[in-house]
Amino acid sequence: MKTTRRDFIKISAMGAGGVMLSASPLLAWVPSFLKLKDDRPDDSKAKKYPNFCEVCFWNCAGWVYMDKDNKIRKIIGNDNDPHCNGRFCPRGTGGVGMYYDEDRLKTPLKRITENAKQKFVKISWDEAINIIANNMKEIKNKHGAESIALFHHGSSGKHFVNLFKAYGSKNIAVPAYAQCKAPREEAFKLTFGHALHSPEPLDIRDTKCLVLIGSHLGENMHNGQVQEMAEAIDKDATIITVDPRFSTVASKSKFWLPIKPATDIALLLSWINVIIENEFYDKEYVEKNTFGFDQLKNHVKNFTPEWAYGITTIKPEIIRRTAKEMANASPAVIVHPGRHVTWYGDDTQRLRAVAILNALLGSWGRRGGFFNPEKAKLPKYPIPAFPKPKWTWKDIVPGSYPLASSGVTNMLIHASQPDFHGKNKIKAWFVVGTNLIATIPDIEKTIKAVQNMEFVVAVDTMPAEITGYADIVLPECTYLERYDNIRSAQHREPNIALRVPATEPRWESKPGWWMCKKISEKLGLEKYFDYKDFSEVIDWQLKKIGSSLEEMKKIGVKKIGRKYDDLFFNDNETHEFNTPTGKIELYSTKLEKLGFDAMPKYKKHPEPEDGYYRLIYGRTPAHTFSRTTNNPNLIDLKKENDLWINPKVAKDWNIKNGQKIWLQNHQGKISEFPIKVRVTERIRWDSVFMAHGFGRTDKRLKRGYGAGISDSEMISDVKIDRETGSTGMRSNFVTFLTELQT
Amino acid sequence: MREELITSGRMNPNIDPVLHIWHWQIPVYLFLGGLAAGLLFFAAYYTITGKEKKFQTAVKYAPIIAPIAIMLGLIALLLDLRHPAYFWQLYTTIRLESPMSWGAWILLLIMPVSIVWIASYIKEIFPKFDTEHNFIGKILKFIIEKKDTEEEVNWDWKIKFLKIFEKYTIEKRKALAWIMIVLSVILGVYTGILLSAFNARPLWNTSILGPLFLTSGLSTAAATIMLMTKDHRERMIFSRIDLLLIVIELFLITHLFMGFLAGSQAKIEAANLFLGGEFTVTFWVNVIILGLIIPAILEALELLKFKIPVILPVALILWGGIMFRFIMTEAGQITRFLY
Amino acid sequence: MRYAMAIDTKKCVGCSDCVVACQTENNVPIGYARDWISETVVGIYPDLDLEIRSERCNHCINAPCVRTCPTGASHITEGGIIKVTPFECIGCGACIEACPYDARFFHPKGYVEKCTFCEHRVKNGQSTACASVCPTHCIYFGNIDDPNSEIAKIIAKRKYKVLAQEAGTKPQIFYLI
Ligand SMILES: Nc1nc2c(c(=O)[nH]1)N[C@H]1C(S)=C(S)[C@@H](COP(=O)(O)OP(=O)(O)OC[C@H]3O[C@@H](n4cnc5c(=O)[nH]c(N)nc54)[C@H](O)[C@@H]3O)O[C@H]1N2
Ligand SMILES: Nc1nc2c(c(=O)[nH]1)N[C@H]1C(S)=C(S)[C@@H](COP(=O)(O)OP(=O)(O)OC[C@H]3O[C@@H](n4cnc5c(=O)[nH]c(N)nc54)[C@H](O)[C@@H]3O)O[C@H]1N2
Ligand code: SF4
Ligand code: SF4
Ligand code: SF4
Ligand code: SF4
Ligand code: SF4
Ligand SMILES: [Mo]
Repeated sequence: MKTTRRDFIKISAMGAGGVMLSASPLLAWVPSFLKLKDDRPDDSKAKKYPNFCEVCFWNCAGWVYMDKDNKIRKIIGNDNDPHCNGRFCPRGTGGVGMYYDEDRLKTPLKRITENAKQKFVKISWDEAINIIANNMKEIKNKHGAESIALFHHGSSGKHFVNLFKAYGSKNIAVPAYAQCKAPREEAFKLTFGHALHSPEPLDIRDTKCLVLIGSHLGENMHNGQVQEMAEAIDKDATIITVDPRFSTVASKSKFWLPIKPATDIALLLSWINVIIENEFYDKEYVEKNTFGFDQLKNHVKNFTPEWAYGITTIKPEIIRRTAKEMANASPAVIVHPGRHVTWYGDDTQRLRAVAILNALLGSWGRRGGFFNPEKAKLPKYPIPAFPKPKWTWKDIVPGSYPLASSGVTNMLIHASQPDFHGKNKIKAWFVVGTNLIATIPDIEKTIKAVQNMEFVVAVDTMPAEITGYADIVLPECTYLERYDNIRSAQHREPNIALRVPATEPRWESKPGWWMCKKISEKLGLEKYFDYKDFSEVIDWQLKKIGSSLEEMKKIGVKKIGRKYDDLFFNDNETHEFNTPTGKIELYSTKLEKLGFDAMPKYKKHPEPEDGYYRLIYGRTPAHTFSRTTNNPNLIDLKKENDLWINPKVAKDWNIKNGQKIWLQNHQGKISEFPIKVRVTERIRWDSVFMAHGFGRTDKRLKRGYGAGISDSEMISDVKIDRETGSTGMRSNFVTFLTELQT
Repeated sequence: MREELITSGRMNPNIDPVLHIWHWQIPVYLFLGGLAAGLLFFAAYYTITGKEKKFQTAVKYAPIIAPIAIMLGLIALLLDLRHPAYFWQLYTTIRLESPMSWGAWILLLIMPVSIVWIASYIKEIFPKFDTEHNFIGKILKFIIEKKDTEEEVNWDWKIKFLKIFEKYTIEKRKALAWIMIVLSVILGVYTGILLSAFNARPLWNTSILGPLFLTSGLSTAAATIMLMTKDHRERMIFSRIDLLLIVIELFLITHLFMGFLAGSQAKIEAANLFLGGEFTVTFWVNVIILGLIIPAILEALELLKFKIPVILPVALILWGGIMFRFIMTEAGQITRFLY
Repeated sequence: MRYAMAIDTKKCVGCSDCVVACQTENNVPIGYARDWISETVVGIYPDLDLEIRSERCNHCINAPCVRTCPTGASHITEGGIIKVTPFECIGCGACIEACPYDARFFHPKGYVEKCTFCEHRVKNGQSTACASVCPTHCIYFGNIDDPNSEIAKIIAKRKYKVLAQEAGTKPQIFYLI
């Protein structure tokens, strides 16, 4: 036998094993108490409860596993859930930290003034509910129910929405609209007659070409999309990433277009130009389904790659080659609509360009493009009709932002300003599950507003910054400790998911539905909350669709077959789109009517002066905004954000990797804390980058306090999108302070 | 630019940014082990060669330090353990491939041998014993008694067994010396190969480290004997031995670096720690200049009949020996394979 | 039988889910981790390359950690899994020094810890915690000696590399490139 090296090593490994074996009998006398025990329960025997994740709004369904002493041990995705396919993202897996965080809000708190100093004192739930109900009544008497605004985000917000509608106010807004996806939703509605909603109906797993305009999938951990992108990579799909930063996904892309920030519209227009001029578009589809092709063709005539090169710094031949890639893949191509798209104040127009590009490539309604999602319909638990409010957020500045179709947070904040002279004023706030201080740009304006309120309630799980401005703080228990509404979100296959508490709420925290019910009782609105326990509502709904709470507790997720086989267009049929012309509107008749550009135009945005850099921001995979930056499990992975600086810039400034610096923006705002520099080639020299959600300022957050800095703090110059009112946040320029003058 | 980051996980300060699992305990342990090995080696060697009369200090007195050094070394080792309550697990198995196991066993064996060695000389080392006014003497009264003789040794054992035992060891000293020379060589080599057995640390993983540490251990032992002896001739011989050992050491160190620089990128980076990198000054000043070159010059001068206070070269050699182990232990943990 | 892992660097996004999943599955105390993410960027803007790797113990065939362990606490078990028996470990650190991958660490209780290839799950027929959570499905785990296993197939099909090959440890984590 030939003695190869591999054999030789095998023998020596066996030798080592042999020595070990000969030693084992000697060890038999080790007293058993010395043996460190492994007491992990086997998964098949462990107790588990269904839930869906609340660490972000993808709401993946999973199981909460308990350990032997019935404490929460781990959270694992539900195999049957189309949002996650049995796999949570790091934030969802680290959701246990939300429950175990010792800094959580533990009892209701009331602001008092003692020796001219304000502080919070613990109060009982009874007292808290009474104070809230009394204030709500008083404000209603003085200013009308409409003058109380509700800011909310997340599952528990839904209970408060009902409370507010019952009370008579529709001044309700989520940051996920005007700070997130408003321009996208409205632009797609204008073009295709349909908003995208969440999870976005993108057939990424079957696409042949995925074009990402800023969307940083892989850092943005929206689970289903990341999973499908990986599947597409496996199938050798082409990825084209447009990002001023070498994002994670840029590194996995066939083409990375390191665009100059704020110039995407120029790139998109030149792509449209190339696709039309070279007849790369899906002729039959365009002919049959679109409106305004000729106007568009005429409109983009001069937007050549050469023209775009001067604006975007992307070489003409790259623009042509990438356009060709898209055409080759058409219709299995997705020009990703993005999600957080409130960038420069002309965002609806940019997203219109994205929608138009998709229309030309014929990807809407096609395999590998956009599918037609379906949602499970759940019967509404019977409650009386809501009263009609006298005015809503639409009436604050009449005629503004005509395309906004959901509450605009910043509009409500505007109506809360001390110097707001309109007739419809906001006088009190309810803030549920949204950390407005970290979330809404121009912090000073938010603070001025909240301080101008007659009464403020914050409902949160953590002592988030916003709770520091409240008169009453209510501690909500985490999603692992409560019932909530059944999740019914759109997907390829309609499905529902259940949330049940895995354990009792810690300390004195309570579920949102319980708070709403208690408040409603004091306000005489108990008929809107006609149940003892929210599980009754769920059970009622489930029974109506042929399931039950009992069944759902066993399965967690239930798929309900599609009504029609219409996931994709049937090319032999004609489609009616929900637009004024009934077609896909390349030329938007609605925009024209409202006096906006019917087709997108590139407009130049301000650029940083010498010594200033554009501040861009994004996600870091292990955190969700500010909600996880005190989570013990997730802080373990990344405890602070860092500022990405190109080596050339670092050299100019003589700044070292790891050095801590302060930032000052072009309006003179200085960051409260310093941030660590990361010198990296992954960023352009005209921009700096940081992850959102850090630099917590509330000292009650032991781990998050002062760790890194908050991007929001530097975003004081806000460019409002004229169509939707959403807040463009990337027009702020920063310079570096290596020391802080005192 | 090349940027290498551990972006998450392994946030363990013992491991990142550089490994520092072994602190002062291991170099101290290695130093004391090497010293003890050297001392016992010289004692055994001159016994076997029948020169015990000529090298009284080396054979009789200096070995007293050995069990003390071994003891302190073992304490250092114990202090290094993070799970020390389980240290006895070392002696439930013999792991031929593990230098640590070798070390634990060899120390366990050499300790009694060195004590027996000293015991066989105890009457020569302590011929006069005062059991009345001396504290230790009072305690030892249980086993020893004073003899009123005019002989050189004024005491004897009370217990018969000890008398027989002593007689036996004196008779078998040659055999004992053979055992001791074997064990001391193993111990000396062991202190050398403990580090070089770690393939994972490019700085350690060189076959030169074993002989180098062995030489250095012998050199520290020779220096200790130089300091202890009152016999000028013995001192001059050890001075000469030591000079030779230093020359060998310098030769080995040169080869060490030549080997590194001719090696893979990881080895070159390891060598660079000493050639411009963060250990350059510490190493060249403490080990090479203070620990080797200056004592070599001093010893050479002494051989040329200049008067040099003996403490000077000895202190420098011991300093160099301990610094060498400190630096190697610490720098070695910084070096790693690149991937 | 030999357990091995293949990790597709083309798909891994460095999200660290494998790290959190390992921590919650294996009761790894906060502040410690059995697996970790490394990121290597080479080049000059805009000509850049980024490799992201999820790393852990390589369950080496020629494991220096086992060889250097003086008590036998570090040992090889079925399928080539390298494990540490806590109550046999004296905490001498030799194995930590011996591992070219820095895969081992001291548990705060004093003994050495590292990736176990989730032996407790694997023997129940489950995959490892990290492989079964990875959102990009980029970790393949299984018996590489079985030519029909997913891992054997992907190794046969794709280009791969191992880490610190020069160390001669015969690592059993393969990075698909
Ligand atoms: N881990 C994690 N994942 C999340 C979240 C989270 O908090 N944490 N939040 C979720 C939510 S609600 C949302 S809305 C999404 C948001 O995620 P995305 O929709 O992907 O957000 P973007 O703002 O598009 O992405 C930020 C990227 O845009 C790049 N960028 C900056 N300026 C420009 C520019 O001018 N042009 C171009 N082309 N690119 C630019 C940045 O470099 C960065 O890579 O993420 C979701 N996923
Ligand atoms: N500067 C800047 N601002 C941004 C963004 C950005 O990238 N940069 N991103 C924007 C986008 S895309 C979005 S979607 C928004 C998101 O904005 P928010 O949803 O406001 O984001 P978070 O910072 O996570 O704040 C959530 C708050 O809810 C609390 N919370 C968590 N779970 C629960 C619960 O179960 N019940 C209750 N009552 N409270 C809970 C958390 O403790 C935290 O205080 O932010 C927007 N604002
Ligand atoms: S994507 Fe992650 S954080 Fe969001 S719901 Fe799913 S598991 Fe939770
Ligand atoms: S979970 Fe998967 S994608 Fe995420 S870092 Fe680990 S191996 Fe990479
Ligand atoms: S990776 Fe390290 S700990 Fe794991 S088997 Fe190899 S040498 Fe041992
Ligand atoms: S630390 Fe424990 S496992 Fe490691 S070598 Fe020492 S005894 Fe063995
Ligand atoms: S195989 Fe198990 S123990 Fe090893 S890193 Fe993965 S999850 Fe952790
Ligand atoms: Mo968002």
